[in-house]
Amino acid sequence: MSDRPNKVVIDEELCKQCELCVVVCPVHALRISDRINTKGFHPAELYEYDKCIMCGFCAMTCPERAIAVYRPEVQKA
Amino acid sequence: MKVVYERPKTLEKVTNHYCPGCHHGILHALIAEVLDEMGLAEKAVGVAPVGCAVLAYNYLDIDWIEAPHGRAVAIATGIKLAHPDVLVFTYQGDGDAAAIGLAETMYGAIRGVNVTTFLYNNAIYGMTGGQMAPTTLLGMKTTTSPYGRDAKREGYPLKMAETIALQGGTAFSARTALFNPKMIMETKKRIRQVFELQMKGAGFTFLEVVGTCPTNWGMSPVDATKFAETEMVKTFPLGVYKELKEVE
Repeated sequence: MSDRPNKVVIDEELCKQCELCVVVCPVHALRISDRINTKGFHPAELYEYDKCIMCGFCAMTCPERAIAVYRPEVQKA
Repeated sequence: MKVVYERPKTLEKVTNHYCPGCHHGILHALIAEVLDEMGLAEKAVGVAPVGCAVLAYNYLDIDWIEAPHGRAVAIATGIKLAHPDVLVFTYQGDGDAAAIGLAETMYGAIRGVNVTTFLYNNAIYGMTGGQMAPTTLLGMKTTTSPYGRDAKREGYPLKMAETIALQGGTAFSARTALFNPKMIMETKKRIRQVFELQMKGAGFTFLEVVGTCPTNWGMSPVDATKFAETEMVKTFPLGVYKELKEVE
């Protein structure tokens, strides 16, 4: 996981588990994780890394603005 | 690495006090994004209401004044008269701008005060525990209308964007929503438009935003967003009701 460039970075302490990002994701790449943050919520996580198309809808919808989205440079063969 | 989306600089990095899934957070962030993009954060003064958004001054890194209940436009008028070159906006809920502060909001529009008002309309009094608001939909159950709002008993929902659009001093009046990415982008476009109109000195600019209140509607955030998309827009049709094309 760590060797791949970041696509969706979620600040787990800010997340309030509202699931709006999970529902809005057009490729269903997000889900609610099993971890618990200090507020007692289960933060969202990116679990289908390869499916993510980096559209930014999750970040745009997040009421906490806990999500940052990056588009890694494409390696041309 | 190309940045698709990062937290706007003007939005303070703190957890907001809103319930999970409340659309207030989205509207705060959109205002912060537009202020960042237009470079107006140093020149902006916000007027916070009484209601759920009462702590808005903790979240946006600009100058704020906290107004007495409903009196946000009156205070904004004073700021604008003292400092005509600053960007003044009020951020109000429907209990603040459409109920107790209806006179102030209306006279802002009638006098054509050059300020911007954002009205977050979620059809309920959120902070006080879900009482019926002037904007509550017909048939909607709240703690003070437990059998649903009946037009014969409690009257009809107040439509602010249309009402404000009828007044002579209004430069811009529109209603948008935040229930999907398309509408969020539309809302951001409108926020930019009202700020541009204000900087040109056009007159009173008004943007009503249809939002949700998952806690007091008794729904999950996802269901509340669907309710806003399917039910709220029937009573509160989205669109631009008045738009001044040319500013002298």
